[in-house]
Amino acid sequence: MLQEKLYNYLLHLGDNSMILGQRLGELCGHGPELETDIALTNISLDLFGQVRNYFQAAAQLKGGDATEDSIAMLRYEHEYRNTYLVEQPNEDFAHVIARQFFFDVYHQLVLRELMKSKNETLVAIANKSIKEVDYHVDFSSTWIKRLGDGTEVSHAKMQTAVDTLWRYSMELFKATDTEIWAAESGVGADLDKLKPIYLERVSALLEEATLQLPENTVFQYGAKTGMHSENMGFILAEFQYMQRAYPNMKW
Amino acid sequence: MENKTLSLDEQFQNRIDNGDNIEAKDWMPEKYRKTHIRQISQHGHSEIIGMLPEGNWITRTPTLRRKVALLAKVQDEAGHGLYLYSAAETLGISREELNEQLNSGRAKYSSIFNYPTVSWADMGAVGWLVDGAAIINQVMLTKTSYGPYARAMVRICKEESFHQRQGYEIMLSLCNGTEVQKAMAQDALNRWWWPSMMMFGPRDEDSPNTEQSMKWKIKKKTNDELRQQFVDQTVPQAEILGITIPDKDLKWNEERGHYDFGVIDWEEFWNVVKGNGLMNDKRLKDRNEAWDEGKWVRDAASAYADKQATKRAKKTA
Repeated sequence: MLQEKLYNYLLHLGDNSMILGQRLGELCGHGPELETDIALTNISLDLFGQVRNYFQAAAQLKGGDATEDSIAMLRYEHEYRNTYLVEQPNEDFAHVIARQFFFDVYHQLVLRELMKSKNETLVAIANKSIKEVDYHVDFSSTWIKRLGDGTEVSHAKMQTAVDTLWRYSMELFKATDTEIWAAESGVGADLDKLKPIYLERVSALLEEATLQLPENTVFQYGAKTGMHSENMGFILAEFQYMQRAYPNMKW
Repeated sequence: MENKTLSLDEQFQNRIDNGDNIEAKDWMPEKYRKTHIRQISQHGHSEIIGMLPEGNWITRTPTLRRKVALLAKVQDEAGHGLYLYSAAETLGISREELNEQLNSGRAKYSSIFNYPTVSWADMGAVGWLVDGAAIINQVMLTKTSYGPYARAMVRICKEESFHQRQGYEIMLSLCNGTEVQKAMAQDALNRWWWPSMMMFGPRDEDSPNTEQSMKWKIKKKTNDELRQQFVDQTVPQAEILGITIPDKDLKWNEERGHYDFGVIDWEEFWNVVKGNGLMNDKRLKDRNEAWDEGKWVRDAASAYADKQATKRAKKTA
C-alpha cells in the first residue's frame, strides 16, 4: 500500500518533467538563435535526466519486469499524472517561455521541499535536480523580462501567452489524493503551503516584466487525475511510437 | 610593390611550412582568408543543418537513455556550430552574414544532411558512418595551419569520436536484437553507405582546389586517400555487426593492402549538391522559419538590453 502510494507520487513528479521535456525536445534545431536553442535542449536534457531517476526508483518499487522505459512509455493515456500546463503546444517562443516559467517556479519550490523529504531517494534526486532547476528558473525569468519589457510586439505576444497559459497553472497546486498522502506523511511537498509563495513570486516577476496576470481566470483541472487535453494523444503517439510498434525489444 | 607582396606571400608560406600556426591578427593572403572563411563557415553550417535530421528523432527515441544521449548529441552539434562560427568571425565575417549566407542558400553545407532519417536505425547509421567519415576529415584539420580552426577541431574531434561510438553502439544493439531490428539496421546501411562515401568530395582528378589546400595544410590527404581510409576502417566494423555493405565490387586487394570498391554515382552527388536532394528544400525551409520566427525574439532581447544599459547609465550619472 505504502509502496503503491510512493509509486504514484513518483509518477506525479516524473510525468510533468517528462512531458515538458518532450515538448522542448520538439524544438531542437528550431530555436530563435543558436544560444537559445542550446539552452532549451539543455533544459529538456535535465528534465529527462530527472525522469530517469524517478522512474528507476519507481521500477524498483513496482518490481517484476518493470523498467524506467516501461513506466515512461507503456502506460495508457489516462494513467499519466502530468498537468495540463506541460501538455500545451509550442505555439510560439512566448508560449514556450510562459509555460516554462509557470512550471519552473513551481518545480523549484517542490524540489526544495523534497530535499527535506523522509524518503532518501527523493532527497538524493532533489539535491541533484535543484541545481539544474535553479538555472531553469533563471533562464525563463530572464526571458519573461526580456520579452515583457522588450518591444511592443514582444510585450503583446508575451502578455497573450500569459493570458492563455495562466488558466493551467493552479492545477499544479490542486493536490490529488496521492499528493495529500505525500504531504501528510512527510514524503512530498505540501502544495497548499507553497501556493501563496508561488503566487507572490510569479506576480512579482511579471510586474517587473511589465506584464499582468489575467483577472477572473477560470482555472482548468483534471489532467493530474488522468483526464488529459487533446494534445496528450499526439504527444504519446510520438513518445511511445517505438515501444508500441516494436514491442519487447532491446534498444 | 610587386616584390614586397611576393615576399610577404613567401614569408607566409615559410611559416606554414615550418609548422607555425597562423593567428587571426597575422598578415595572410586574401585568398587564404577567403578560403578559410568559406571552409570554416561551410563546416559550421553543416553542424547547424546537421541538427535537423537527428532532431527529427528526438521525440521518438525507443528508450529514455537513447533520448538523453540523442539530445546531448544534437546539443553538441549546436555547440560545434558555435565554435566554428566564432572561428570564422575571427577572419572578419559576422554572425549575421553567416546566417544570411546559409538561409539564402548561397552557402553550402555537407550534402549528407539532405538525405532523410526515416527509421530509428538511421540514428545509428548516421553516428557510425556520417560521424565516422567526418572524423577522418576532422582529425586531419586539428593540424591545419589556421590556429582558431585547428583548436576548434581538437575539441570537436573528441566529441565526434564519442558520437561515432554511440552510433555504432546503436547499430550493435539492433544487430544483436530481433530479425526486425537487424533488417532495420541493414536498411539504414543500404541508404547511408553511398552518401557517406560521397562525403569526401569529388575524385582527386575532379578536385581542382586540392593542391592549394595541401600547400596551406587545410588538407594533408586527398579526397580519394581519405575515402580509402574510411572504407578500410568501416568494412571490418560492418563484419562485426553482421550486415552487408551494399557494394558488390567491394573486396580486399592483397596487392594494394586496401579494399577495392565500386563506382560512386557522381550524378547523384552533384544533383544533391545543386539542391535537388530529397530534403534540401525542407532543411533550408526549417532554418529560415526558425530564423524569421525568431526575429521578434532577437529584437526584444536587444531592446531590453538597451533599456537596461540606459537605466544603469542614469543610475551612475
